[in-house]
Amino acid sequence: MRRLGPGEGVVGILLALAAISPFVLPSQAWIGFAVNAVLISVLSIAWNVTGGFCGQMSFGHAALYGTGAYAAAMLQLRLGLNPYLAGIVGIAAGAAMGGFIGALAFRYGLRGSYFALVTLAFAEVLRILASSFEITGAGSGLTLPFRPGLANLQFPDRYAAYVFVLILCILALAVSAAVKGSRLGSNMVAVRENEEAAGAIGIDAFRVKVVAMIISGAIAGAAGVAYLQIQLFIDAPIAYGSLISVEALLGPIIGGAGTLLGPVVGTVVLHIVGEVVKTGVGGAPGLNLVFYGIVLLLILRFLPNGLMGLAGNLRWPARTASAARSAEAR
Amino acid sequence: MLSARGITKRFGGLLAVSDASIEVAEGKIVAVIGPNGAGKTTLFAIMAGFLRPNAGTVTFRGARIDGMAPHRICRLGLTRTFQIVQPFAGLTVRENIACGAHLHHAKRADALARAAEIAAQVGMERMLDQPAQDLTVAGRKRLELARALATEPKLLLLDEVMAGLIPSEVAEIIPTIRRIRDSGVTILLIEHVMQAVMSLSEEAYVLNQGRIIAHGTPQQLVRDPQVIEAYLGHGAAERLHAGHPGAQAHA
Repeated sequence: MRRLGPGEGVVGILLALAAISPFVLPSQAWIGFAVNAVLISVLSIAWNVTGGFCGQMSFGHAALYGTGAYAAAMLQLRLGLNPYLAGIVGIAAGAAMGGFIGALAFRYGLRGSYFALVTLAFAEVLRILASSFEITGAGSGLTLPFRPGLANLQFPDRYAAYVFVLILCILALAVSAAVKGSRLGSNMVAVRENEEAAGAIGIDAFRVKVVAMIISGAIAGAAGVAYLQIQLFIDAPIAYGSLISVEALLGPIIGGAGTLLGPVVGTVVLHIVGEVVKTGVGGAPGLNLVFYGIVLLLILRFLPNGLMGLAGNLRWPARTASAARSAEAR
Repeated sequence: MLSARGITKRFGGLLAVSDASIEVAEGKIVAVIGPNGAGKTTLFAIMAGFLRPNAGTVTFRGARIDGMAPHRICRLGLTRTFQIVQPFAGLTVRENIACGAHLHHAKRADALARAAEIAAQVGMERMLDQPAQDLTVAGRKRLELARALATEPKLLLLDEVMAGLIPSEVAEIIPTIRRIRDSGVTILLIEHVMQAVMSLSEEAYVLNQGRIIAHGTPQQLVRDPQVIEAYLGHGAAERLHAGHPGAQAHA
């Protein structure tokens, strides 16, 4: 198997430095930013399983994220379930929603932009449903009572929350790495590259795509649960809004879809750009989205393989040189 | 081993394959030849599950497989290659072949090791780490063959693996295919390169306008007037006989 090149090593070290930076330079604004960036990274990792590994670009990952968050919130509020159990059920709910949307869409052979549209439609339908019914808190959303403590999976301050999302992010990366390095991961990539050829070598593309949606749904559901446990509040636009769906896909595309670290790199870079813009240019809400769009366009134009593609290029000169040397030695 | 009977396939008003029957016995190399548009690839697509026949049955090692999904047919031990090669362009040669090897090897390391073995079998051991998109046409054809072989088929359907190759490349791939057969894989191939058909196959079917018009050894077939006419046009057999009897000495 291919060893990690220097580019990936550099990215890994930069990410590790970024991960500990909130502890080195403590500030309330910075830690709040970091919690959000890492949380969205988890969602990006989820998107990358379907969109990156398996090539099924979803435009509605909010459907999975929101379902995790709502399931966990409703179970705690309506049934008084322990937050850990509720969280696990939330993750399962995200996985089930992923499997359901996937099975439905792929059964009818939807690909490419049609699949993207169906996922978007699901997220929108769920958003409207969540804002219409009493059980989901309708327009006013759901608020968990503030009971900080490990027993309630609630955090006394932002640093504790940050540690929690960081652990979640590392777990999500571990799941993603395990998938990528397995038979399932190989099958996903084959389906992404050429579904017909994948079928010819014995790969059940339908099953592979649905399993990808289930895994992705579980990770996205976990991100939703984490958001709920940190903010203690969700409503329909937050949980099922299209902003979440957009954020889920921007990170992987900018960082490098299909790579392991790409989603995290993309999300972190994007959030830093957004933050710089916010402090530099000032107030207008939504201005960071304009800059997200600009970054996305620049990346698609100049770095179609994302930032990890750039990092991967670092490897080539060194590698060919050493390969040439070893060839000469022979 | 494989038995296709009375296969008929229509695309709208076009009759692509009409009542075609083919038998492939275990351990053989059997060829399907015929002019462009004769329906060869359609017949292959039906046997590998990519198309459903309008009539007829396909039986593979005792099981009915017509209408079965391609991945299930592949798992039974029948794998096809594509005439228009379909490599996983973004992956290296090793990763491409490993995608096929994963069918019978769950562990990544095992699949990658198997991929290296298969690559050596088809003469690609030096190209393992090349991206598939950088391969030449000949390289892609070999990769297509290797990836199919990695699924450890009992029967391999090769759809024009030699089309587009220069004669020296054809000369290289012929022994490769023979070695694959000697390793215990039965082969059914579609081929345009007559040199290959003549030297490889023990038995051939001639398909013309969707119908099987002849069946025999390649040596018999090149002398069959019906076959010559299918390729060269009406009256060609007589003209050939009159003019150049030596044209067949090649066979």
